[in-house]
Amino acid sequence: MSKEIKNLKEYSKAAERFEGAHLLCPGCAHSMIVREAINATDSELVISSGTGCLEVSTAVYPYTSWDVPWIHIGFENASTAVAGAEAMYKALKRKNRLYQPERDVKFLAISGDGATYDIGFQFISGCFERGHDMMYICLDNEVYANTGGQRSSSTPIGASTTTSPSGRVSYGKKEKKKDIVQIMAAHGSPYVAQVAPNKWKDMVKKLKKGFDAGGPVFINAMSACTTEWKFDPSDTIDVSDVAVDALVFPLYEIENGTKLTITYRPKNVLPIKDYLGLQGRFKHLMKKENAHIVEQWQKDVDAKWEYLQRREEAGV
Amino acid sequence: MELRGWDEFEIGSVLFSFNEKVENIPNVQQEDRSYSENNSFQASVAHWRVEKPIFNVDHCIDCFFCWIYCPDSSILAREKEVEKKGEKIMEQSMVGIDYVHCKGCGVCSSVCPTDPKSLLMVDEHDEEERVLANWPKKEGKEK
Repeated sequence: MSKEIKNLKEYSKAAERFEGAHLLCPGCAHSMIVREAINATDSELVISSGTGCLEVSTAVYPYTSWDVPWIHIGFENASTAVAGAEAMYKALKRKNRLYQPERDVKFLAISGDGATYDIGFQFISGCFERGHDMMYICLDNEVYANTGGQRSSSTPIGASTTTSPSGRVSYGKKEKKKDIVQIMAAHGSPYVAQVAPNKWKDMVKKLKKGFDAGGPVFINAMSACTTEWKFDPSDTIDVSDVAVDALVFPLYEIENGTKLTITYRPKNVLPIKDYLGLQGRFKHLMKKENAHIVEQWQKDVDAKWEYLQRREEAGV
Repeated sequence: MELRGWDEFEIGSVLFSFNEKVENIPNVQQEDRSYSENNSFQASVAHWRVEKPIFNVDHCIDCFFCWIYCPDSSILAREKEVEKKGEKIMEQSMVGIDYVHCKGCGVCSSVCPTDPKSLLMVDEHDEEERVLANWPKKEGKEK
């Protein structure tokens, strides 16, 4: 059963099922998202993680940080691992052979953006086509942070990473970010949403909808990375706030592949320059010769926001 | 703890989080569970810290922003006896910080909305009594 959470006082009664002393960086948004997701439900969970920061830091031999059944198989197949478990559960249920049929179990896969946007993409696509009753959460920190900060297809234009460094000849990554939310919605999945950990209420609402959807659900969670985005660990929430308010990560949901709803409209929309200025990976974009990148990006963000609003209005 | 090498494990080995079965985990608090030696709850990351948060209960309004945003599950929120209108009732409150699992990132202090803050980051070796005695005064809104 996913529970109704009205305020943080109620929320904080949840007993942790994700323990401390994992080895994620101080101020990492990954663990905030995982905590928020796990504490948002009273159901028992079966979780699989794809390779990435979360997986390597929460299962360092001889310790595990998970108080739920958790598995890691490979970089690409967090989705199929959990889909297999779900298929078995369904089959046993149908044959009336469940060991404890009264238990309410949800299936959850959590991976980073590298494992979702690039390496595991065909597996996820397959899972969504087969229609497993599972939720997939992508922790989108826009870089392969675990292996030292290589560009992924989630990295936005202009970001300096170790494989797309900025310097005399280059302004960083030259390609734009892939729009995974729209791609997943195109699968016709019952529920697809974009969330941010700093807007916990919005996130809890979406997770509840997702857990109750009864089909493959995709959640793209923005995860600010103190190490690779290069900001102070204590600023994680501030940076996330600015990212949402500058509409770089608009919060919206798509139901049944078509019905788009914007769930958060910032009161004061910030210019994208405020967002870029907070992060070391965009430091070079503040120079005069790179001003056209910022300008273009601002135009793209505005156009995307316009597009989302129009789609919401049209309801298609 | 005796550690086995990678070639000494059987295929399909599992690390158990608890020594015995815990019924209804989402509603059993950490102090009531029997953790196995393989649970990271038994480990410590206290040596990562350069600065530690100090909690001042006098200014806290129990908004739980620190609880929701703590990446290391180190803000302890529990039922506590409080006095309200002369009556003693049990209420969910912020009770303290888990210094074994806190890495000192400072997110809790930065999201604290009270004035003055109820959580401050201080040097790891500072004494709690000294910090609490010298807590900053109310600043008021900047004009």
